[in-house]
Amino acid sequence: MPLQLNINRKPHTVDIDADTPLLWVLRDELDMKGTKYGCGIGACGACTVLMDGRPIRSCLTPVAQATGKITTIEGLAENGKLHALQQAWIDLDVAQCGYCQAGQILTAASLLAEKPKPTDTDIVSAMTGNLCRCATYNRIKAAIHQAAGSPADTKGDSHAAL
Amino acid sequence: MQPSNTPLSKEFVQYDADLQAIIAEVTTFEPHTINTTNRRSFIKLAGFAGGGLVLAFNLDTRAARAAPLAAPLADDAHDTTPTTTLNSFVRIAPDNTVTVFSKGPEIGQGIKTAFGLIIAEELDADWKTVKVDQAPINPKVYGYQGAGGSTSIPRGWDQLRQAGATARAMLIAAAAQQWSVPATECTAASSTVIHTPSGKKLTYGALAKAAAAQPVPDVTKVPLKKTAEYKLLGKRYTGVDNLKVVTGKPIFGIDIQLPGMLYANYTKCPAVGGKVKSFNAEEIRKMAGIVDAFALDGNGNPAEVMPGVAIIARSTWQAFKAKAALKVDWDESAASKDSSTAANARAKELAARMPAPANNSGDVDAAFASALKVVESAYDYAMISHQQLEPQVTTAWWHDGCMELWTPSQQSDRGLAMVTAMLKVSDPKMPDDKVTVHQTRAGGGFGRRLANDYMCEAAAIALKVPAPVKLQWKREDDFAHDFFRAGGYHFLKGAVDKAGKLSAIQNHLVTFSADGTRPVSGGNRSNNSFPLDMAPNVRYAVSLMPLQIPCGPWRAPVDNVQMFVAGSFLHELAIAANRDHVEFLLEWFARPLAAPPTQGPPPDLSRSYNPTRAAGVLKLAAEKSGWGQKLPAGRGLGIAFGCSYGGHIAQAVELTVDAKKKITVHKITVVADIGPIINMSGAENQAQGGSIDALSSAMGLEIAYENGRIQQKNFGDYPILRMKSAPPVEVHFIQSDFRPAGLGEPCVPPLAAALGNAIYAATGDRVRTMPFKRAGYSI
Repeated sequence: MPLQLNINRKPHTVDIDADTPLLWVLRDELDMKGTKYGCGIGACGACTVLMDGRPIRSCLTPVAQATGKITTIEGLAENGKLHALQQAWIDLDVAQCGYCQAGQILTAASLLAEKPKPTDTDIVSAMTGNLCRCATYNRIKAAIHQAAGSPADTKGDSHAAL
Repeated sequence: MQPSNTPLSKEFVQYDADLQAIIAEVTTFEPHTINTTNRRSFIKLAGFAGGGLVLAFNLDTRAARAAPLAAPLADDAHDTTPTTTLNSFVRIAPDNTVTVFSKGPEIGQGIKTAFGLIIAEELDADWKTVKVDQAPINPKVYGYQGAGGSTSIPRGWDQLRQAGATARAMLIAAAAQQWSVPATECTAASSTVIHTPSGKKLTYGALAKAAAAQPVPDVTKVPLKKTAEYKLLGKRYTGVDNLKVVTGKPIFGIDIQLPGMLYANYTKCPAVGGKVKSFNAEEIRKMAGIVDAFALDGNGNPAEVMPGVAIIARSTWQAFKAKAALKVDWDESAASKDSSTAANARAKELAARMPAPANNSGDVDAAFASALKVVESAYDYAMISHQQLEPQVTTAWWHDGCMELWTPSQQSDRGLAMVTAMLKVSDPKMPDDKVTVHQTRAGGGFGRRLANDYMCEAAAIALKVPAPVKLQWKREDDFAHDFFRAGGYHFLKGAVDKAGKLSAIQNHLVTFSADGTRPVSGGNRSNNSFPLDMAPNVRYAVSLMPLQIPCGPWRAPVDNVQMFVAGSFLHELAIAANRDHVEFLLEWFARPLAAPPTQGPPPDLSRSYNPTRAAGVLKLAAEKSGWGQKLPAGRGLGIAFGCSYGGHIAQAVELTVDAKKKITVHKITVVADIGPIINMSGAENQAQGGSIDALSSAMGLEIAYENGRIQQKNFGDYPILRMKSAPPVEVHFIQSDFRPAGLGEPCVPPLAAALGNAIYAATGDRVRTMPFKRAGYSI
């Protein structure tokens, strides 16, 4: 049956079984591949998206329950400008394989929306649900601080975005 | 060795031979030089065909000719800018954009950025306008195209520098010709050739076509820069695909989407070796979105295709839902019955029955008899799994007699050969060029993707599906069907002499075997890692237990466990000798080394154990970690050294242990000598991630198996370390002038020993088992 979704500030209509997880609607139906499948049980956080600004596990969220405003990694930048977290992630060269990072960034975005100047403890508490198999945790933490306007000391020379 | 008395099928045993061959390939190599395949065949081989224009030349015959070009590569499939290809690694557009090709898989080790930098350095390209694209998988052009054993950098080092330097020399020659000046009066910088006396300049973009018509210099004689001349290498660079990563661009294997594509899952017997008797095909085929469901016999090799049931659906979710409803009646007569509980008990029985040693040097018994102290210890470690975050996936499309694959493999070159061989079984006359592999970014590798089982499965399924099909494993499939890091057991006896020096080591390794004659891949003894073998008197014996669960390389294969044992036991011996641990190790480094063999090729000095490099990293790690300072009660500092995959590494761990054995790691210090650093940012990231990965597996990771079935199903029962337990990792490099080594592997092995040594320093309790949670510790 047709369902209405609001994703990245745009309306979408999908005709799909109501129990289909939002993750697979995004990936297979809407061709938005930024949200990742990691475990399917909500344990790793790779599939994290925001619903009304709060992080949810899209692998466990039936599409019929995705009634709020959904933000995926594709929609985090607005008007062509990267979110401060995306820029910090680039500048501090956070990613190794990069597979978890969309989920990490969206979880961090929710944190910063709530606490613009998070402490280390705030960061750890918000981010511990997001697994990074490459263990880039040192840099994730530094990038969140940097995006929040606190200094971080591992900035690299930026590579031109081609 | 004690032979296994359980013969396993030759098809099953073949997987082990395949993986042993992979390890041998990645650990034994000659650095490549640039391939001098003629240009025309490169263009054909690399798939450059149709549209655009490129001036082609032949690296052998120096003939220039025109050939058509279209950008064939994943990174810029829609880019139709006319460009000039200077060699198989360098392409230049009129707008002065330089495209360099990264020949290996990007699995999170940062190779795409590092390879780009190496070529750009010798090319004197302006890094800000360099684009790095994934090269086509074509070993005839590129040589080795895997990512294993931290060898991408040392293997590619000469080849990539030659590629850049050759192209630079041709650009300079073209400019010199245009200006009618000697080439020796010209130099290059930032993608521009400069005539030094006159100050005249021409961009690479303006010169590219003329450069392509220049004779190709002898690649082995083209001058390469000295370290002091580097403009790019050694500084900090952000990854070339960072923007794509943080904006969610479809760059991973799982992101492949083709018109009309279907989605598959493949269900194998939970006990390896089980065959499909029957399954509820009618019920499955009636489910929503299911296109087909069929059984495959496979060929019995877990590294290729095992028997199973393929479900073909219109979406991933429909395939997964059908899998949940799938009921397979398995014939388990030849399936694994292995039990980790039984193996643990059996290993203890074997401990008392040390077989004749495989190695015996010096006089171990005399050293024990005259020792100041003799220490006996038993160590063990559990089987663990890889669990790269992107579950196994490959998209395959069988069309027009061609098999086209998109895969995040770590070893696509080998996968290409495997799929070709597989197809030739049914069609022996099939030409070799009918299989194409497109390399995607990989959501992690860690050694798991040196095997290409998912690629072979996708190809086997695609043969029966009239559309492109994406094979998507569930996370649970990745747990059930890994090539696990083998568990193992060491029964050690060591001695220190009356001068307080290490005098003898006896090591009885009880490990597993697939073929009954040798240790399973990744479960064998260490060859050049820190080096229990290097004591003056050494005895090493190996007992084998049969295992029908596939094992294989896990990040820093063999060393990741053997250095835990070696690094911990050496600390035990230092304590027995009442010596400072660092002094005890330094004294050992200072002992005379055996003369290198006079037969055969000379040893690769950049990759073998070097006492000066060893002492260098250990001393600096001691200094940076605050070795020797007095710590409060409950707090401890441990240190360990390893020589692994071409890197010399020392790691120190400072931690506190509370009354409930809960550990807080305050800091990890890593000091690495891997020669010159290519990209400081990437290297630091690897060292940090590798250290925490090692902490994670040492503390809490364990795979158990009963009746052939893996007991852990998903991340809920496999606690990979999270941010709350991740300590700060401080990284230092000693940039010696050896050929550079990789870092993905070397930064793992010593950590577990440093952790155990720190726990001992804090508590007096020696942990001799991995994961440490078995000894009651948590983090």
